[in-house]
Amino acid sequence: MVHAAPGGPFDDERALPVDVAANIEAAYHLDEPLPQQLGRYMSGLLRGDLGPSFRYRDYTVAELIASGFPLSLRIGLLAIMLALLVGVSVGTVAALRQGSMLDRVVMAFAMTGISIPVFVVAPVLVLLLAVKLQWLPAGWSGSPGAAKYVLPVITLALPQIAYIARLCRASMIDVLGQDFIRTARAQGLGTRTIIRVHALKPAMLPVLSYMGPAIAAILTGSVVVEEVFGIPGLGQFFVRGALNRDYTLVLGIVIFYAALIIALNLIVDILYGVIDPRVRQR
Amino acid sequence: MLCNMKIRQYLLLVLTLFAVLACGGPDDAQLSSSVLNRGINSDPESLDAHKARSLQAADVLRDIGEGLVSFTATGEMTPGAASSWDVSDDGLNYTFHLRPEAKWSNGDTVTAAHFVFGIERLVDPGTAAFYAQFVSEIAEIEAVDDQTLIIRLARPTPYLLSLLTHPATFPMHPGSLAEHGDSFARPGSLLSNGAYVLTEWIPGSVLTLRRNTHYWNNANTAIDEVRHHVITQEMTELARYRAGEIDITDSVPPDSFEQVKRELGDQLYVAPYLNLYYYGYNLTKPPFKDSPELRQALSMAIDRELLVEKVTGRGETPAYSWVPPGINNYEPTVFSYAALSQEERNQIARSLYKEAGYSAENPLQLELRYNTSDTHRRMALAIQSMWRDVLGVEVTLINEEFQVLLANIQGREITQVFRSSWVGDYNDAHTFLSILQSDNAANVPGYRSEKFDSLMQSAAEQADLDRRRLYLEEAEREMLADHPAIPIYFYVSKHLVSPRVEGWGDNVLDYHYSQHLSLKAAE
Repeated sequence: MVHAAPGGPFDDERALPVDVAANIEAAYHLDEPLPQQLGRYMSGLLRGDLGPSFRYRDYTVAELIASGFPLSLRIGLLAIMLALLVGVSVGTVAALRQGSMLDRVVMAFAMTGISIPVFVVAPVLVLLLAVKLQWLPAGWSGSPGAAKYVLPVITLALPQIAYIARLCRASMIDVLGQDFIRTARAQGLGTRTIIRVHALKPAMLPVLSYMGPAIAAILTGSVVVEEVFGIPGLGQFFVRGALNRDYTLVLGIVIFYAALIIALNLIVDILYGVIDPRVRQR
Repeated sequence: MLCNMKIRQYLLLVLTLFAVLACGGPDDAQLSSSVLNRGINSDPESLDAHKARSLQAADVLRDIGEGLVSFTATGEMTPGAASSWDVSDDGLNYTFHLRPEAKWSNGDTVTAAHFVFGIERLVDPGTAAFYAQFVSEIAEIEAVDDQTLIIRLARPTPYLLSLLTHPATFPMHPGSLAEHGDSFARPGSLLSNGAYVLTEWIPGSVLTLRRNTHYWNNANTAIDEVRHHVITQEMTELARYRAGEIDITDSVPPDSFEQVKRELGDQLYVAPYLNLYYYGYNLTKPPFKDSPELRQALSMAIDRELLVEKVTGRGETPAYSWVPPGINNYEPTVFSYAALSQEERNQIARSLYKEAGYSAENPLQLELRYNTSDTHRRMALAIQSMWRDVLGVEVTLINEEFQVLLANIQGREITQVFRSSWVGDYNDAHTFLSILQSDNAANVPGYRSEKFDSLMQSAAEQADLDRRRLYLEEAEREMLADHPAIPIYFYVSKHLVSPRVEGWGDNVLDYHYSQHLSLKAAE
């Protein structure tokens, strides 16, 4: 399927002499019929070999994934953690002050956060915080320390914060209206205790089930964020691989992502069972 | 009271910590004063000089390697690994005298045999090198002794010295290849004979080079560390330059050019560049096959002055020739109509259009393909309207992703008019004219002219530079009259260079060796 896109990995404005092109294609087995190429690839795959990269000719696909994934993972995890922390607390506060000025401000902010795409937020943040105020580095490479994580993580987390805040608010309002909360109040428990001990857990369920899509969104969002901030993560390799017709790199990353998403969904399903006993008993 | 004490102690501790951290400051500052940060807009595909192909790879390779011949900051040829050379009277034999003090980064001497090994590996089909045909004029290369290298040419090739500045002709260390195999071109294993050594390469992010202490001219290398930051987006590069993270940019985004000129005018370097922007015709199919009138009409109806002023607007020159101005020992021939006003050109274009059999009732319908880019799109829109207004041609614009466009151009099935460009590989008219020879792979329009080919052949056989030049100029005149393509404008190189960088020089090849640069001491 990757081969269906017109153009080859070695096409360029500076066209190759015919015999040189033939030599290169032979070196990468691109001259073989497609079924044979597929067979070669599959047998390599079974041995865990994702093949060489066409674009990064000094590296294999596995090496590129190994160098890119830890970064993408770290940024993704940080973004999710930030999104959960801020999203849940803001959502809860908004639910408690339902209809208040604060609630409206938070929800308006959340709506904006969902609506504005990452590729708009990122350059604006860079312009403001890195170029004008010079508080944070604008790019990735060469800047030491943790400061370089701040902008990408915030950019990546923003839409998720917004989404989680809305989810959390809605489910919290729902839970707070239920009988067992009224019982808890009747017993004289304080609001804090009610939220912490009784309300938070059931209110978190929709948020938890959103984690699967959220992780997928963070993965796709990372493609843009990595491109804008120049982070050498998987997302960047994926985009460049597709543009350069780096077949093996694109395939390798797709396979890797697929395996990852399956694993993550499994983990979310198991966690669901841990939090909600009703799921376990069924 | 106790509480206050605690806060005090805590504050004191924080302050101490901060002071300790800040004390690392002077050291850091000293280090950063000898670190040069440069932007490049894509990763090199390889730092194996024979697998490399992109301009970006060549930029990095020129920092870590050195050919027999090199360039100064302003583009004058200067001895490199060879300290001198003799040329035989017939221009066919070159004897190079290598510097005995030329060393690899592991301390080994750079010998003539390493150059022979490099050229042999370059042309070996097994290497599948992009530039394999680059040295096709070299008949024989021989290492007489460690310091003497003889190159015998099949035909006089006045641009040989220029070729020998190119990374594809750099020496190779056979021992390193034997030890590491095809993956030798990596940090840690890549040996270099240039001013810098590759110490780190994070794909998609940065290539770090450190001073090569074994380099023969190390004493004149000012900067200790060079970082080539891979920044694909021009806007990101500009933001990082403004934030002080990049000292030299690879480019300047077109949309911000006016603003940059206004605000950072003294840091902006714009210079003529051996790079042609052109529209090619598919000469193998109608309507352009066998219709030079139509090809000329379309070419004449384009107001190039207006395009470089309104569309590109970065100081580009309108192109009325195929070979850019500024090429060594060459005076580009221009279209016969270059002296006419645009109105006069339009008049002629209209009658040629009619001659080709088109009219208002029977207009030419045309597809114009270009690859995704804002500048290309605006250029296509402008030309579409010029062709419509002057001739009444109905142009359909087709935007294609780069790889798709290339495949279509190569296929020569569905393309009619397409955008392309050509960057000179060496400073000689041959690098531009040769791509239109019948057998050249880069001849994308499919131009075939016996007369042009034979003039190019005659030029190639001339040892006398002046006569050779006359043949080349005649070949260009001949070719332009056939209108196999529409040269539109010549690019300029555009860089932002931080005021702390000294030694910057503009040149038509747009080569900027880090070893020629130095940094002002931090204030």
